[in-house]
Amino acid sequence: MRSRWSYVYFAFYLLLGVVLLFLNNDLSKAVITLMNVIIVLVPLIGTIFGVMYYYNSKEFTELLLAQPLKRSSIFLGQYLGVALSLSMSLILGLGLPFVFYGLFESSAIWDFSLLLITGTFLTLIFTALAFNIALSNENKIKGFGYAILLWLFLAIIYDGLFLMTLVMFDDYPLDKLSLIGTMLNPIDLSRTLILLKLDISALLGYTGAVFKQFFGTNFGLIVSFIMLTIWIILPVLRILFKAKKKDF
Amino acid sequence: MKNIISFLVVVFISNAAISQALEVCSDCEISTLKEAIRQAKDFDTIIVKKGTYKEYDVIINKPLTIIGEDYPVIDGEFKGEIITVISDNVTLDGLFIKNVGTSYTEDYAAVRVRESKNFVIQNLVLEKLFFGIYIEKSRDGKVFHNKIIGDAVEEYNSGNGIQLWYSKNIQIEHNFIQHVRDGIYLEFSDGCTIKNNVSALNVRYGLHFMFSNDDIYEDNTFENNGAGVAVMFSKRIKMYNNIFKENWGTASYGLLLKEINDAEIVGNTFADNTIGINVEGTNRINYKHNTFKNNGWAIKVKGACYKNIFTENNFLYNSFDIAYNSKVNDNEFNRNYWSNYTGYDLDKDGVGDVPYRPVKLFSYIVNRTPETIILLRSMFIDIIDFSEKVSPIFTPDNLLDDHPQIKKILW
Repeated sequence: MRSRWSYVYFAFYLLLGVVLLFLNNDLSKAVITLMNVIIVLVPLIGTIFGVMYYYNSKEFTELLLAQPLKRSSIFLGQYLGVALSLSMSLILGLGLPFVFYGLFESSAIWDFSLLLITGTFLTLIFTALAFNIALSNENKIKGFGYAILLWLFLAIIYDGLFLMTLVMFDDYPLDKLSLIGTMLNPIDLSRTLILLKLDISALLGYTGAVFKQFFGTNFGLIVSFIMLTIWIILPVLRILFKAKKKDF
Repeated sequence: MKNIISFLVVVFISNAAISQALEVCSDCEISTLKEAIRQAKDFDTIIVKKGTYKEYDVIINKPLTIIGEDYPVIDGEFKGEIITVISDNVTLDGLFIKNVGTSYTEDYAAVRVRESKNFVIQNLVLEKLFFGIYIEKSRDGKVFHNKIIGDAVEEYNSGNGIQLWYSKNIQIEHNFIQHVRDGIYLEFSDGCTIKNNVSALNVRYGLHFMFSNDDIYEDNTFENNGAGVAVMFSKRIKMYNNIFKENWGTASYGLLLKEINDAEIVGNTFADNTIGINVEGTNRINYKHNTFKNNGWAIKVKGACYKNIFTENNFLYNSFDIAYNSKVNDNEFNRNYWSNYTGYDLDKDGVGDVPYRPVKLFSYIVNRTPETIILLRSMFIDIIDFSEKVSPIFTPDNLLDDHPQIKKILW
């Protein structure tokens, strides 16, 4: 089951990469389009796939639990199995067409590697979140519902609320608030990471000292990566904790 | 044959009699430039040999040609102005001038040309300077192949590389200017040509026009300055084939236009600037065949701009193509290529069938609340931009390119 779906996923990215390059004839534009895909689709697929996998393999998991195996290694193994195979499909599926197109001779290679790295981070984060949701909900329909809602919230609604807050409080100094707001959402965080590469000229136009420090130096890059790692570690810890306590 | 030789000899002798060459070196009869100038007659040539000459306030008051051999050093020891030209027909060539005095009351320059005609200043190297080449109330001069390296940090205590004040018909070509306040500064100077210069890393502007009309600048490169070029309160300036790049910062522009009428901006490249062109109060300007690439804002229009025409420009991967701060538009956009264009071309005539709206709702929001820039390229922003595109409410609804090109324009 797992392998079949990761092939489909792989094929999807392969097709996407080929079509993008075929239509655009320009690496830098393809990178921009890819950013949208990575920020929107990767979390969605990670979430759905994670939830689906958990519910489908539930009976097998229960069988495994009867064996003398540590719970943490069963669930961690399942999580890593899903997350890593998804990441591999992403990296290979997008990487291959770009490599054939001549990525290594292009200056876009750093932007592109950054895209793949953030894509991998997002897969790891959202699969972990999906496992959390599935572990906490016995009801499949409810589980799927929450998973979709989670994605919708982080991908779109959060930004809407964020924008409204910023516009409403625009009489106050907001640069710290806006940076913190970004840190709290992994999708925004990955977007900012990519922006640091693609739109740095626009970002440097803003006056705030905090912004300047964040965008102007490597500080922003480092902080963002640390936050993304935290975003992986916390849900994974909760998976282990939950799995230990849960009655099957 | 004999005739020719004797003719040449006569020419040579008479020539030598008219313009005699004086040599200056540390162990010659004449060991200072000042002394050489005092002894020289009109139209003489002074040859300065290699060495270091500690001199300042050197006044050239007769038509002379001063040529340095192997870049002799004229060291002003920070005492004041170094060379002042007050005569017509003076040529300065191949000197290394350094250590100009800094003053808050007087504009000391490495070379000042005052009220003279037909001067040539070429192959100079200027370092540790306050003002570099200061040309006032002069005309018909040439400033070629000079290298000016300053060490300016702050605006208030630094000077400009090449400054023109009330001067006419000056040609400034192939100069290389770095680390001064304004690379080249023109005030009340008309009919000047500025060509093939490189002006980089300056504290304020790469090139700065104030109240100067009918000037032309072309094929220059402006890189990494406080702002690339500022053109203010001037008329009929022509700007051709210049490169403006990497002018980054909160108040940084590739090109700043303020109160400019009837200018031509053709064939320029604006790349990686925070703002490509910042436009304020300009009328009847033609923008044609320019390339805007990877800028934060390609063009930011601040208001009071009428009858500007943008045709056949390439807008490539800018974060924002055009920003307006008002709802009124009297400018024309036509036949440009926009890399953000998402329309289609069913009849295959190379022109998109749906007009393109270069002003996005998000750029309006960012204008009001600058911090929202952090939401750039978020999906939510794409959604509101799309709805604004369908029915414009906040952005000027007649601001559109009716004939967006499908392919990048080549010329």
